[in-house]
Amino acid sequence: MRKLPDNLVTAQDDKALPIHESAMKHVTGQAVYIDDMPEWPNELHVATGKSVEAFADIVSINLDKVKAYPGVVDVILQADIPGDPDVSPVLSGDMLLAGDFVHYIGQPIFAVAATSLRAAKQAVELADITYQSKAATLHPKDSLARQEFVLPTHTISCGDSKAALAQAAHTLSSDLYIKGQEHFYLEGQISVAVPNEDGGVQVFASSQHPAEVQKLVARVLDLPVAQVLVETRRMGGGFGGKESQAATLGCMAAVLAIRNRCPVKYRMPRQDDMVQTGKRHDFWNSYQVGFTQQGEIVAAEYDMVGKCGCTADLSDGVVDRAMFHADNAYFLPNARISGYRGKTHTVSNTAFRGFGGPKGVLLAENIIEEIACKVGKDALDIRKLNCYQTGKDRTPYGQQIEEDVLLTLIEELEVSSDYRARRDAIKAYNQQSPFLKKGLALTPVKFGISFTSKHLNQGGALVHVYTDGSVHVSHGGTEMGQGLYTKVAQIVAKAFGIDYQRVNVGSTRTDKVPNASPTAASAGTDLNGMAALDAANTIKERLREFAMEHFAIAADAFAIESDQVILGRETMGFPEFIKLAYMNRVSLSSTGFYKTPKIGYDRKAAKGRPFLYFANGASVSEVIVDTLTGEYKVTQVDILHDVGDSINSHIDIGQIEGAFVQGMGWLTSEELSWDDKGRITTNSPANYKIPTSADVPEKLTVKLFDRANSEESVYRSKAVGEPPLMLGISVWCALKDACASVCDYQLSPPLAAPATPEAVYYALQSAKAYQAGAKAAEQEGQEVRV
Amino acid sequence: MKFILNDRVVEETSLPSDFTALRYLREKRGLTGTKEGCASGDCGACTLLVGALEAGDVTYSTLNACITPVQSLAGKHVVSVEYLAELGDGLHPAQQAMVDAHGSQCGFCTPGFVLSLAGLYENAAVKEQGLNRESVCDAISGNLCRCTGYRPIIEAGLAMEGQQGHLLSQQDWLKAALADLDNQALATEYLRPNSLAQALAAKRQHANAEFIAGGTDLMLENTQRYKDFGVLIDLNNVAEIRQLGEQGEQLIIGAGVTYSELEDFSKTSYPQLYNLLSRIASRQIRNRGTIGGNVANGSPIADMPPILLAFDADVRLDKADGSSRVVTMSEFYLGYKQTQLADDECIVAFHISLDKLAEFHRFYKVSKRMEDDISSVLLAARFTVNEGRIEDIRLAFGGMAATPIRAQVAEACLQNVAVTDDVALQQVLQALREELKPMSDMRASAQYRLDMACSLVRKAWLELNGHTVPSFSGHPVPESWLALGQEVGQTKGANHA
Repeated sequence: MRKLPDNLVTAQDDKALPIHESAMKHVTGQAVYIDDMPEWPNELHVATGKSVEAFADIVSINLDKVKAYPGVVDVILQADIPGDPDVSPVLSGDMLLAGDFVHYIGQPIFAVAATSLRAAKQAVELADITYQSKAATLHPKDSLARQEFVLPTHTISCGDSKAALAQAAHTLSSDLYIKGQEHFYLEGQISVAVPNEDGGVQVFASSQHPAEVQKLVARVLDLPVAQVLVETRRMGGGFGGKESQAATLGCMAAVLAIRNRCPVKYRMPRQDDMVQTGKRHDFWNSYQVGFTQQGEIVAAEYDMVGKCGCTADLSDGVVDRAMFHADNAYFLPNARISGYRGKTHTVSNTAFRGFGGPKGVLLAENIIEEIACKVGKDALDIRKLNCYQTGKDRTPYGQQIEEDVLLTLIEELEVSSDYRARRDAIKAYNQQSPFLKKGLALTPVKFGISFTSKHLNQGGALVHVYTDGSVHVSHGGTEMGQGLYTKVAQIVAKAFGIDYQRVNVGSTRTDKVPNASPTAASAGTDLNGMAALDAANTIKERLREFAMEHFAIAADAFAIESDQVILGRETMGFPEFIKLAYMNRVSLSSTGFYKTPKIGYDRKAAKGRPFLYFANGASVSEVIVDTLTGEYKVTQVDILHDVGDSINSHIDIGQIEGAFVQGMGWLTSEELSWDDKGRITTNSPANYKIPTSADVPEKLTVKLFDRANSEESVYRSKAVGEPPLMLGISVWCALKDACASVCDYQLSPPLAAPATPEAVYYALQSAKAYQAGAKAAEQEGQEVRV
Repeated sequence: MKFILNDRVVEETSLPSDFTALRYLREKRGLTGTKEGCASGDCGACTLLVGALEAGDVTYSTLNACITPVQSLAGKHVVSVEYLAELGDGLHPAQQAMVDAHGSQCGFCTPGFVLSLAGLYENAAVKEQGLNRESVCDAISGNLCRCTGYRPIIEAGLAMEGQQGHLLSQQDWLKAALADLDNQALATEYLRPNSLAQALAAKRQHANAEFIAGGTDLMLENTQRYKDFGVLIDLNNVAEIRQLGEQGEQLIIGAGVTYSELEDFSKTSYPQLYNLLSRIASRQIRNRGTIGGNVANGSPIADMPPILLAFDADVRLDKADGSSRVVTMSEFYLGYKQTQLADDECIVAFHISLDKLAEFHRFYKVSKRMEDDISSVLLAARFTVNEGRIEDIRLAFGGMAATPIRAQVAEACLQNVAVTDDVALQQVLQALREELKPMSDMRASAQYRLDMACSLVRKAWLELNGHTVPSFSGHPVPESWLALGQEVGQTKGANHA
């Protein structure tokens, strides 16, 4: 059995920790992204002809002018795809090119390969396509009303929510429409396919899931998977957007490369990317909660409708995860949570950091704000009252919360952020300030770590030690900026006891580590780090056995520490020792493997343990709102986040801050918009606004919660990619709190998500209207008494 | 055309007029450190530093390579990320600070940030100015990062303080090399006239030619709609449209003046204008985009036209036949994207009465994001006040109609009333609701636009009456607004100028 070293990386001086393995290359422009690779002289470029109808049968297609356009070399339709045109990641329905019908505006109908991207883009505009329109479903509310789903509904329940609601002292019922989010990775989607001499193809893909690109390329080409090699060195950001949807580009490039026997690049210009690739799901959540006079939740019934778009893509997992996180940090003794996979005639929505979780967490936090106003308490008190704790530690799906972290973490942040004093100061400020109002909120996050699809919870790695003592690591994970390569190199260096500098992590290739899971679900380090550790430990055990025999020493007399090999009383440099091992014919290469233990969810019973553990965190945000316009600024943010024993605190803090700001963007300035035909109108950074540096408060403090993972994760660390995104919810709640101030916190007014200045303005208006109504009622009451 | 690319002079004679600097670097020079993130000037991944020899010194500013025709950089020093580390021992301070602060994650936006920070470093060193959070955020206002959340990048910018070396402008060979570049004889489809007469003659000669100055809007036709331009006539060397200053009773703003130049000019004398300019686009765009371009393209959501409307600015238009005419801003717009400007005509300058500039005025912009966003609504308001009465008023809006407009019915409601007359204010607000017919789009609903038109007029009226009414900007909220007991929102006496 694997032994986990107990000297923890966090014990080291932070300054000694490695920087991102590509940092020097990033700042000098030397880091190579796929579009930076030299082009072959005969390389072709792809553009697609897009549907202008949301839902229609295709009546006729005339591509004569497209084919005749200067520079155009090849034009293909679905029928020209040699294998299966279905490029769905899990289920079916995602067609590489549309066949008889289209089901979203922007859907590719035909593809052009031309000598330049400009020629391809200019040519596709010349197509003459006629359609027979059909009635499109564009909103998840309509999907529910029409019972149009991409997959069956799933329900989780515990206790008897109906009875408990009927008996509750108070009930609230309302709904919350939560809009999605555009990934806006800075590097748009791209793949380059190069045919090989055996009829196969090599694909360079900006993908979080090279193994799936490989599988789907093989499928569309009708080739054995082994004939396809996919390589990903790095992505210029992924955030879930390149988990399933990067495959389309690899497949299209591969089909055209094989047909034309030349390299083909498919790079989506930003506007195509924003129109043709899926986003974070919108969710329409309706809810009914029952609670006591004190604000303790006794019952909850949630109906959560995800806007999945035209196909399933990864929506089953996304809606499941939204349901699994509708409790967030709070115990629901009686609950029914139903998740609907709404079908709409819009682009198929996909993974995005948090994978549905944020839509559950925001629902929970919205409810807490409303309960607090209803019972006249501070929202933090309602949070603490309902927080999972001893005796209140079972989730609606039956998993026990085994770690006692959440409440401790919340209380630590409550003190360190000076929450109570600031609350008092804000109330005093709001009473005195006519135009500006402040808001404050502390929101926690509890996020389940493991893929909810059990089979994906496996990782593979391949470690080689060369005769000079240098080490090469390959693993199934991909680098998208999150520092996975750096962490895996640290893990391997630590496992061997050697300098970090000796370890090189190579690009992710499907011929090095097969059948790898996507780098997703925050599990990159957990799975691949463990697999690399396993491989390193295997080699180290061989070295130990060799040393015992060669130097006639006991097993415990062998060690490698600080780059020195300890052989009883003697020491030897690592390169020297490795050379000796090689001369004595010791195998210096090994694969490694890991599968997550303990997990399993019984879908029929809707009970089980989907997650190995939970990552936790909390954030306090303070905002100031201009009540005349709804404009606002975030003025202070304090974060405390649980990453277990951090492997690299620089990288972890970077992940936390970046996720926070991305979550804040989702709920503030980033607003997706569609017109009534189903056309996305936010198709460019000119009209879709992610945060800039000026949106980030100067007072931004991030601290790591200092406690090891109680589960045997890699060096007792915890996953960090997704959970802190939900810390951004504290900004939304603080805005809601500021709006509530204008009606003296009698009502937490409905606030749209995202809370654009417009949304905040109308939340303020409804709070003002409530206050005016309350005042009028009060005066009426007084008159009656007189 | 010739320019200096990093450390060498390059000459190109056969490029299409609209060939962008980004494509040039990546496709013709293999300098792939400069990235395409959006090809619309919105993300900054393609940021370059460009040095120009002016009055004996080389000064650097940033721009978006993705929407800049490379030929517009003739005679300039173009600096890409690959060159910075070659300026001295080790990394450039901007690069080293980014590494030390963990300022890169995926790395795709990083070269753009490095160049924006290197530009800040260069200018701070040359002008001997310290670095602060405001100047760092200003420098990177056009750079989007999706990974880091910016904190470490801002920290990197601040950490450049006190660093030395790696200065572009202090290279011995550079000034002479720039002075030696001869771009006179090279005629392609990219024309660079040196006078207004030449420019207008060229326009007459080439019927389908387009004028280009900053190109920050025009080039989107090329990079987003894939239109191939023929002849482009670059106006940046035309001195007649580059004037900026007070002449007699007027402020003259040449059509070719960039936002950044107007920003510098207005910093001390015209704080309202200065503050509003900081809300227009990003630093990279403001370095290139011109006031004339903003007006000429006829967009209803451009920010300069309402300001010019509020001051009753005159627009001077010249033709190739030597004729010149002046139209007022209120006559300039004819309809959506339609203006008075004839095909063979060029905007020369905007003339604003200094008297009107001295009157009480306020500009407010509402958008989803503080930095680099297009207005949902913009109000430019000016009040002529005499002895407590409003003698004249201008309420000019962007985002409220097919063109930038004045709300003349509403204006009439405040004509000749006491500044404190809140009944008249209510009438104005009512009139605005009847007069303005905005539309809903991805930036704002019609209802919100209308509500904001009213809110902003109310804001201006409150300020006219001496209330301190805060408006947020890209800058941090002033401490005085955050502190309890401050006089925010309170009257501090009438303020009519």
